[in-house]
Amino acid sequence: MGSIIEGFRKAFFLILNLDPELLKIIFLSLKVSGFALVISTVIGLSLSTLLSFKKIPLQGIIISLMNTFMGLPPVVVGLFVYLILSRSGPLGFMGLLYTPSAMVTAQTILAFPIVASLCHSAIISVDPIIKQSSMTLGATPVQMTVTIMREARYGIMSGIIAALGRVMAEVGAILIVGGNIAGYTRVMTTTIALETDKGNFELALALGIILLTLSLIINIILYRIQRRGSVNG
Amino acid sequence: MRFLKLFFVLILVLAVVNGVALSAEKEILCASTTSTENSGLFGYILPMFEKNTGIKVKVVARGTGAAIEMGKRGDADVVFVHAKEQELKAVEEGLFVNRHDVMYNDFVIIGPPNDPARIKGIKTAIEAFRKIRKSGEQFVSRGDNSGTHTKELAIWKKAGIDPKGQKRYLEVGQGMEKTQRIANEKRAYTLTDRGTWLATKDNDKLEMAIVLEGDPVLFNQYGVMAVNPGKHKHVKYKEAMEFINWLISKEGQQAIASFKDKQGNRLFIPNAK
Repeated sequence: MGSIIEGFRKAFFLILNLDPELLKIIFLSLKVSGFALVISTVIGLSLSTLLSFKKIPLQGIIISLMNTFMGLPPVVVGLFVYLILSRSGPLGFMGLLYTPSAMVTAQTILAFPIVASLCHSAIISVDPIIKQSSMTLGATPVQMTVTIMREARYGIMSGIIAALGRVMAEVGAILIVGGNIAGYTRVMTTTIALETDKGNFELALALGIILLTLSLIINIILYRIQRRGSVNG
Repeated sequence: MRFLKLFFVLILVLAVVNGVALSAEKEILCASTTSTENSGLFGYILPMFEKNTGIKVKVVARGTGAAIEMGKRGDADVVFVHAKEQELKAVEEGLFVNRHDVMYNDFVIIGPPNDPARIKGIKTAIEAFRKIRKSGEQFVSRGDNSGTHTKELAIWKKAGIDPKGQKRYLEVGQGMEKTQRIANEKRAYTLTDRGTWLATKDNDKLEMAIVLEGDPVLFNQYGVMAVNPGKHKHVKYKEAMEFINWLISKEGQQAIASFKDKQGNRLFIPNAK
């Protein structure tokens, strides 16, 4: 119990002191997760829109694959991206391994199936009457798509929030492709893993509490955006 | 296919953004081990090197096996590890050049303070391993191809025992510090390096004690070597050699000697020739 109380105490002091090294780590965490989330949202939303409105070959298999990829083990993704970006791998010439970009790439692969899959189910569960009535009212295909997406926005937002949870909490993949280099690729989760390894349990727990608090703040903001959408819409 | 294209475009964009950021300063990537990073040694000596030469050393800490593999693949510029035989073999294969001894510390056998296998008083690690095996007490192994794991396997071999698959031999596949913690929870014995032991035993509240130390077989030599620029053209060989030469210089050796942990213990003893 002592360690847990000490962890909360330490978290409080760390936040009060605004340690520059900690700020750098937090900022990088937000940057990597933020980039990964934006890219996953773009890819995931496009993919789910395509799957919902167009008949494409192998549709069923693609959807099943997407659902399976929601459960991709981060370590496997990390290893895969490592082998691709390694100097001995196909994209090695770019020198991307052990950079924040490599971390964004790994996290994007982990997060976009979540966005795609959840958005897809949100879009296809929109009442078919809406589609019919907008067609009757003379909507162009683009207008109709926009209307249906607006109806599905609550579910789409949930997909994005779920993906955010995944990228913020992820450690296995970014440890492999980022290397946890101090001041360069060290983020909140990898710092927590490192401090746990060093036996600094209270500090590790304190960092965990800060990470969770950050997640909470972001989620409150997203929830308000989600709510506002449903009231005005 | 469309997705794949998108993926490659994405990587290209990221590469360009990164390339701009990277070209600004001189830096090298050093693949090293958890013991050097977690003990705080790098945090202490690297700023001195950086101040001297303007070269920033980025450290990726893995087990020795993985660190050497990173160098072989060309994913690091310099490798700083502790498994001399593996290192010399890799140099012989032509993958690395300019290997130098840098410093050493030693391994110790730790176990429950009441020492159920009665190791205390035994002089050699080989004899101690035989006795642990005979007593039926548990032994926790790193099991991760690290330098410590390599050393441990060599001792089992010399003792004429094949521990693999034995019920009371636990291969955990984790870093030194976690392995110690598992041994602590299991009331088992394990082989650890003195640096990690001293640095973590109080923080981790380990109820363990050193049961054997001082056997020459437990000598733990750290070495540094550069990735062969003939194998991987992109490596920053010049900067890597500057780092190696600094480590084995009088100044670098003094920096290592003056590094102490929070309790004031000297963790590494420089011995470059």
